[in-house]
Amino acid sequence: MIMRWCVAMLSAFVLSQNPASAASAEHGKTVFMHSGCWQCHGTLGQGSIATSGGKRIAPDPLPWEAFSGFVRSSNRAMPPFSEKILSDADLADIYVYLQSVPKLPADIPLLK
Amino acid sequence: MAGGETRSKINRRKFLAGAALAGAATAASDAASVHAAPFASDKAIAARPSVSRPSAAVAAAETGTPQVSVQPAGVPASDFMVDVIKSLDIPYLPCNPAQSFRGLHESLIDYGGNKKPEFLTCTHEEASVAMAHGYFKIAGKPLLVLCHGTVGLQHAAMAIYNAWCDRVPVMVMGGTDLDASKRPPGVPTFHSAQDICAIVRDFTKWDDQPVSVQHFAQSFVRAYKLAMTPPHEPVVLALDAELQEVTLHDRAKLTIPRYVPTSPPQGDLNAVREAARLLVGAEHPLIVADKAARTANGVKLLIELAEALQAPVIDQKGRMNFPNTHHLFQNARARTLLGEADVVLGLELSDYWGTVNGYIDNGENDGVGLQESHIKPDAKLISISSILLNTKSNYQDFQRLQVVDIEMAADAEATLPALIDAVKQAIPANRKSNIEARGAALQKVWSDARERTRQAAAFAWDASPISTARMAMEVYAQIKDLDWSSVGGDRQLSSWPSRLWPMDKHYRYIGGPGGYGIGYGAPAAVGAALANRDAGRFSVNFQPDGDIMYSPGVLWTAVRYRIPLLTVMHNNRGYHQEVMHVQRMANRRNRVAFLGNDLGPLGTRIENPPIDYARLAGSFGMWSAGPIADPKELAPALKKAVEVVKAGEPALVDVVTQPR
Repeated sequence: MIMRWCVAMLSAFVLSQNPASAASAEHGKTVFMHSGCWQCHGTLGQGSIATSGGKRIAPDPLPWEAFSGFVRSSNRAMPPFSEKILSDADLADIYVYLQSVPKLPADIPLLK
Repeated sequence: MAGGETRSKINRRKFLAGAALAGAATAASDAASVHAAPFASDKAIAARPSVSRPSAAVAAAETGTPQVSVQPAGVPASDFMVDVIKSLDIPYLPCNPAQSFRGLHESLIDYGGNKKPEFLTCTHEEASVAMAHGYFKIAGKPLLVLCHGTVGLQHAAMAIYNAWCDRVPVMVMGGTDLDASKRPPGVPTFHSAQDICAIVRDFTKWDDQPVSVQHFAQSFVRAYKLAMTPPHEPVVLALDAELQEVTLHDRAKLTIPRYVPTSPPQGDLNAVREAARLLVGAEHPLIVADKAARTANGVKLLIELAEALQAPVIDQKGRMNFPNTHHLFQNARARTLLGEADVVLGLELSDYWGTVNGYIDNGENDGVGLQESHIKPDAKLISISSILLNTKSNYQDFQRLQVVDIEMAADAEATLPALIDAVKQAIPANRKSNIEARGAALQKVWSDARERTRQAAAFAWDASPISTARMAMEVYAQIKDLDWSSVGGDRQLSSWPSRLWPMDKHYRYIGGPGGYGIGYGAPAAVGAALANRDAGRFSVNFQPDGDIMYSPGVLWTAVRYRIPLLTVMHNNRGYHQEVMHVQRMANRRNRVAFLGNDLGPLGTRIENPPIDYARLAGSFGMWSAGPIADPKELAPALKKAVEVVKAGEPALVDVVTQPR
């Protein structure tokens, strides 16, 4: 668990500090798409009442501990992703990708 | 209307035999001349007379007076059948033509003038029935569908099952050729059966196979009557081909039964009073409605009941039961409200068990999954549903058995007036302030939920593929000043239209397919748009991509008959429910799902290559645009499409979207 936390912290730090972070986010997006995460959470982690109980995982994902713990051991509608299916490094990159999702537009006239 | 048109005495069997002989003779003659030509000299051909001298018998036949009339007075039996059909004022007949009802077909267009019903050519029987399905949910009137009794009913069967599950009446007639000693061999015999209705009997309310035209008149009116008595359901008649084509010499003796609507079943008054007592005494009453509001009046009645109790309403959206603009509309808090409720009133619920229980598909319990109650152990449950009056055994649309405390086998809409009266009478003076306070609290909860919904819609607003919330609101921006009607289900796109648009009239939303048989969406939308066209409304359908490919030909029908409908493709390029199911199985088995070159498990995606729905629609002569994946391009395309539809034509905009 400590290792995962370290990976996440490192990823978050890297994302904010140097160009290599973009590579992690980009790779995280690729893994996010090819591991099936987008199927229920949408390509930007926006979620849906039809597939994720309305829960969003981006742009402000849960703290890493809670996030990774749920991915590994979910016993609800979301199936768990074991390390055999999704490596720690890939999961950490997914987390970086979710953190990189742009914040909401300031003003959306159509939603007034 | 013609009543005594004379027809040749030559019946269908003799005509076929005669035509076959004549055809054979012509073919033989042509073959002889083609093969003889190379061997005959030009001189010999020139010497041959062009017309041979008639024999004495031929000359007598052509110049003499016939000894017997070949056109006795009489009418085709199918003309009388048209009279019967017209007595019920059925406006349209969506239909794929078939030989087994050619007699009736000809009578409908030539004797009946192709009016009430008007023949609408469809490219598949599934589309015909689904069009009738959608039409009813707007117009409240059933349509007639004709099809081959065997292959046609096989095509139509899934759509009939959807109508059955959705409690929608459709009049289906299948042609058949009963007399094995007379019917033509080959194809017509392949298309005949002893009992064509057997294939759909498990999910139709009633069927019959008339053996005389008077029998037909009785059965057609009876079928209509049964279909239109709640619970509404489809019915089927087998129509013998020979019966359609015989000549009637006694038309005046035949009668057409008068149709008198049957009163819908109303709940027992003692049960109604006991339900009212429980509801009035509850601290947290909850109303859940699925297919409750059959008509616009049903919506008014449900509002009246909810306001009398100031009880929250969860609309499961089998129909537009309750306006989302009303503060008692509380769908956003459904789970919480179920957990708090001490009395739940279920109105025409398709699945009461599934309403008050949860099911988590997580593979636990040896694959059964988790099952958990959503309600308090002592919560009282009340049900008013007419489906108890019409349940069959084989297909499991009746869902799991849920034990309830008061159960009325009755039509909810018909029972609501009595229940409203009983509730109003049962409210003691000292409860009124409590009830009003409950309503005031729900007002704020409703406002907060609306704001949270708007906030949720903002996420992924600029995404490509386009978010379903953005798609819904871009469409609404173009149609908000029109008298619009959303004629497709919207669960597949996170219900954004019914969460964000003001659903304040019965026709604003018509529910989904009922049985979740894919292939309903496009044709049902065209049928509903047909009804809206006649009412002067604007129709829009968010069309799932997987669904449309079951019966894309219905787009041609929309063009052919100028049925104005804006189709907005919800194109997520996959059978998305199955995408998630296969992914779940792979994870549960600790395996990496094989994608091939796709973005989802192999076999679940519609890509490589993607289907170009705009070009598909264009090939049918429909105005179309797309595929559009950039949200900035959406508004201009939609604006043009709306203008096309306002001018009376269908249009399609293909939008590449987020999955849900």
